[in-house]
This record gives sequence, structure tokens and C-alpha cells, in this order.
Amino acid sequence: MNEFTDWDILRNLLLAARWTVALSIVSFIGGGIVGALLLLLRIGEGRAGQIFTKVYIELFQGTPLLMQLFLAFFGLGLFGIDVPAWLAATVALILWTAAFLVEIWRGCVESIAKGQWEASSSLGMGYLQQMRYVILPQALRIAVPPTVGFSVQVVKGTALTSIIGFVELAKAGTVLTNATFQPFTVYGFVALIYFCLCWPLSKSSQVLERKLNVAHRNH
Amino acid sequence: MNYAFDYGWLLEYWPVLLKGLAITVELTLVGGVFGVALGVACAWARALGPKWLRPIVTTYVEMIRNTPFLIQLFFIFFGLPSLGVRLGELEAANLAMIINLGAYGCEIVRAGIQATPKGQFEAGASLGMSRIQTFWYVVLIPALQRIWPALSSQIVIVMLGSAAVSQIAAEDLTFAANFIQSRTFRAFEAYFVSTAIYLALAIALRQMLRGLGWSLFPKRSGR
Amino acid sequence: MSLIEITEVKKRFGDNEVLKGINIDVEPGEVIAIIGKSGSGKSTLLRCINGLETIDEGSISVAGAQLLPDELHLKALRLKVGMIFQQFNLFPHLSAGKNVMLSQMVVKKTPKAEAEEMAKKMLERVGLGHKFDAYPDQLSGGQQQRVAIARALAMEPIALLCDEITSALDPELVNEVLAVVKELASEGMTLLMVTHEMRFARDVCSRVVFMHMGRVHEIGRPEDVFANPKTPELKQFLGMQH
Repeated sequence: MNEFTDWDILRNLLLAARWTVALSIVSFIGGGIVGALLLLLRIGEGRAGQIFTKVYIELFQGTPLLMQLFLAFFGLGLFGIDVPAWLAATVALILWTAAFLVEIWRGCVESIAKGQWEASSSLGMGYLQQMRYVILPQALRIAVPPTVGFSVQVVKGTALTSIIGFVELAKAGTVLTNATFQPFTVYGFVALIYFCLCWPLSKSSQVLERKLNVAHRNH
Repeated sequence: MNYAFDYGWLLEYWPVLLKGLAITVELTLVGGVFGVALGVACAWARALGPKWLRPIVTTYVEMIRNTPFLIQLFFIFFGLPSLGVRLGELEAANLAMIINLGAYGCEIVRAGIQATPKGQFEAGASLGMSRIQTFWYVVLIPALQRIWPALSSQIVIVMLGSAAVSQIAAEDLTFAANFIQSRTFRAFEAYFVSTAIYLALAIALRQMLRGLGWSLFPKRSGR
Repeated sequence: MSLIEITEVKKRFGDNEVLKGINIDVEPGEVIAIIGKSGSGKSTLLRCINGLETIDEGSISVAGAQLLPDELHLKALRLKVGMIFQQFNLFPHLSAGKNVMLSQMVVKKTPKAEAEEMAKKMLERVGLGHKFDAYPDQLSGGQQQRVAIARALAMEPIALLCDEITSALDPELVNEVLAVVKELASEGMTLLMVTHEMRFARDVCSRVVFMHMGRVHEIGRPEDVFANPKTPELKQFLGMQH
């Protein structure tokens, strides 16, 4: 039974980890795009847009990601299409990521001092001009550390897609456990690989934040 | 889309959902209380504790924060028995949630401690209090008050994350939904209803924590 | 017709009426100091003239441009009056030169080379030609405020509103800013300034407006207002200054 060496296990896990990385990147970028669109609605002047985004955020932040994955998987299936797991996983993760990014970014936009709005108004700029030339360039800078920090949550979130049958790192761990009967080793390695993916992101988020704070002290 | 939604099964299966909900609530309660306690202890150790303890706590916090909850759960439930530690589903689920919240709680509480003005420590020391007494009586309560909103959000996140415990056959709300869909073949409806219950639970939990914050930290003047 | 006409302006914040019917006409080239206790409504009045606050009743017009709350009218008005703020409000992500160039380019659509030319000229005018590439956080408070003045001037306004522009400055930096304002006044710029600098008001301004509890309590030439305050409130206010 024990024809699996530790190296075999690790190699197979690393191969599967490629899918974790791919799904993370697609979800993060897709979530960023959807999040940016939602941000425009959230901080825009329209009442309907504000309410829509508020409800959206409440729904996706107030329910388990696992449930969102199930609903995407079985909900898309209602349209009569045979939904592959990767599609349901991508859709759910993008929508979930967007809900968190939009709140992070809104906080950054709102942290820009009121005086910046007033000064640019007094110079005759319209709302879109203020956003584009004055508010967003500043907000973007302070948004980088928390955004990088959230990417860690996305990587970890992909582990749940194993439950709807997407074969990535966590799923490979389960499969290998069943084949090798070495859960301690297998899940230890799985955890280690996740750690190697996430820790650099966490750390760079902290470093970026510290840098930003130092830069701010000069003002 | 020509699919007829059917919620008739609710009549028969609502007790299953209710039982699952009860387990989720119980897990959240136990995980919340002990997780916060662990977080406070670790925050103390990291910020003010003995030097040798700090790297151990730091390692624990970094390990947990940079790996998925699902894997932590699997490691505890499937992995630990090879070390001779055999836990039931609920025990493993509870333990995983406590350990998980403890790590995040540690970081959140530590931020609150670090925001404490230095004068507070000095005032405590000048009155002859020990470091631990100063921490307990002077530093901790204002620190908790400062970070209560962040801690509350984290507790809600851990509650939502608990959906994963269904994967080690702990019979929580998600487990109930899985069970119902396997019996009724009404997958979408089963998950839709349980998602709605989670949402209600998240909203209720947030309100409760806010109320708890008000009663734990009554507003004082000058704040 | 006066350059700025403020007629029966009323402004409420909730139940609190902060402006209770203000009438002031400003002629071209006038330099007007608005003085009064905090809470007398003087800053609010200035912010209303620039459309940063909406007014509840009355009317404000600048060189024929009416203050109306839609974006088109606001923009027309703001092109005619510049505003300088207590907290400078420079854009921290842009150099001094870019601060002065930005609104010319995006609001007036001035070509870049021309905007740069203007920015250099205006920075020169406030004595900061050598700071074109410096960022706001590399400048002293006084320098930042002078950049803010250059930024407003670059839009070629016909009047400037100054809202306590020296209040956030260290005492030793106040004079460099006031010197710039004095220079502008002598060149014929119309100025409306809320200020606590009584000596400056006396030396430079053509008229002084004393505001009290949301009303223009006294108005007149500085030598009259300062030497012969008619009301007990102004007497008390001037007494407090020393």
C-alpha cells in the first residue's frame, strides 16, 4: 500500500496547487473589475445604485462562501446547462471577492479629507474630474496594502471549491489521503503549500502599509 | 429556464434545519467565547508576555492566518489521530473554530493594546501594580472597547466559515442542507433556504454583539 | 452694478439659522475684511459665495453669474471666484507646479505647455518659482498656502475668497502669506477675507464687515469701524483682541 513516498505526495499536491493559483488569480482580477464597477455605484450620486450595492454587499458578506458556491453550482444548473465545477467556482468567487473589495475601497475613498473635495470644487472641477484627478489617485495609494491583504482571503477561499468538486490543492489533499492513508503528512503538506502561497502576500501587505505610514508622517 | 421551484419539503424537513441551526449556534457560541479568550491571551503574550513565548505565539498566528480553515479542520480531524489524538466531529469543529478565531483575535486585540497611550502603563506601574495587573485592570478593557467592532466582524466571519464543518460530518446547518438535498433532490431550494437562515443569523449575531459591546463598555464621558 | 451682490441671504443647518438675511455689495477692486466671533456665520457666508454651501433664501451673483445649485451654474461661478482655505488643501499627490496646472487643464482645457507657463508665472508671483517640483509635504505651511494662492490665481478669477488663510500657520509664517495678499490688493484684485488679523484689516482693507449672530452688525471703512465702534458687541469684540 505504501508505494507513495513523501516526494510523490508533494509532487502531486504541487501539480494541483497550480489550479489553486489559477483560480485565485482569475477570481481576484475578476472580483477587482466587478468591485470597481460596484464602487462607482456605491459612491456615486444615484440612490438606486447605492441601495443595490448595499444589498449586494450584505448578501455576499452575510452568507457563507460555501453556500454561495453551492447556489452557483446548482443555481446555474437550473438554466439547463451542465455546469462544470470550475465555472461555478469562478463565478461565486468573483462575486464574493467583489463584495469585500468594494467595501475596502469605499473606506479608502471616504478617508480622503473633505478639504480635497472642497478645494477641487472651488477650482471648478465636476464630480468625475474630482474623482479622476484628485480623489482616486490618493485613494488608490492607500488601497494597495488592504487589497493585497485581502488576496490572502481569496487564496484561502479557493479551498472551499473542492467541496463542489473542483480539483485544486485541497481536493488533491483529500484524494491523496484516501489513496495513501497518511492524512497527517498529506494535510501537513497541503497546509504548508497554502502557507507558502499566502504568507508572502500577508507580509508584503504589512510592509506596504508600514511604508505608507512612514510616507504619511512627512505631511 | 423552465424549472418549477418546490418548497413543499419544508413541511417535512424543517426540524432537520432547526437541529442544524442549533449546532451552528452552539459552535459559534463556544468558538466565540473561547476563541476571544485565546485571542486575548495570545495578544498579551505577543505584546507584553515573556520573550521566549513571543515567537511561539507569532508562529501560531501566522500559521493559522495563512492557511484555509477547511485544511485546519481536516488536519485536526483526520491528521491528529495518527498522533493518537482522536476527536469527535463536534469536538474537532469546536477546536478548529477556537484556534482559528484565537489567531485572528490575537492580531485584532494586539492592535488595540498597541494603541494604548504609554502613560497608561506608566500610571499603572507608578501605582505599584504588576505588569499583569496593569494589563488586566488598566489596559485590557479600553483596548477591547477600541477593537470591539473589528472583533465582532471576525466572530461573524468565523460563524459563516463554520459551514465547512459539514465536511467532517459535524451536523450543522450546512450538513442539514446537504442531507435534505440528497433526500429531496431539491438542491437549489435547500441551499437557498439555508443561505437565508445564515443571513438572518449573521444579522442577528451582529446586533447581539453590538448590544453586548454596549453593555460591556458603557459610554464614558470624554470618549 | 456691483461685482458681487449678496442679497437677503439666509442659511440654516437644521433648526440653526446661521445666516439671517445678509446684504453686501462689493465693488470691483474692493478689499473686504469680514470679522466676528466664531459661530457668527462669517465662514459660512464665504462658503456660500463659492457654492460649497447651498443657500436657503436670497441670492448671490458674481459679475452677473447667478449662484444656482446645478453643476453648470456652479462651474461658471467658480471660474469667476477663487477660494483659499484655512487648511491649504493642496493635492498631496501632485507637485506644487502640477497643483497649479491641474484645474487649468481639466476645467479650462488649457493646453499643457500654456498651463505650465501660467503655473510658473503664478508661482513666481507668490515668490515660489523655485519650488515648482516640490511636493506639498516638502513645503512649510506658509509656502503651501502661497501655492494654494497661486493655484487659485492661475484660474484668472475676478475675485478671491480667503477663509482664515493664516489661522493654521505658525506665527512666524503669517507675514509671508499676508505680504502676498497685500500685493494682490495693490494690484486691484477684489478680495473678501475672513480674518483675525486686525492690523492687516486696518492697513489693507477698504471696508470691514463685523458679523454677529448671523447678521451684518456693522459695516464701514476700517478707520471708522476700528476707531468708533457703534455697538457694544463690536466694542467687546475689539476689546477681546488685545
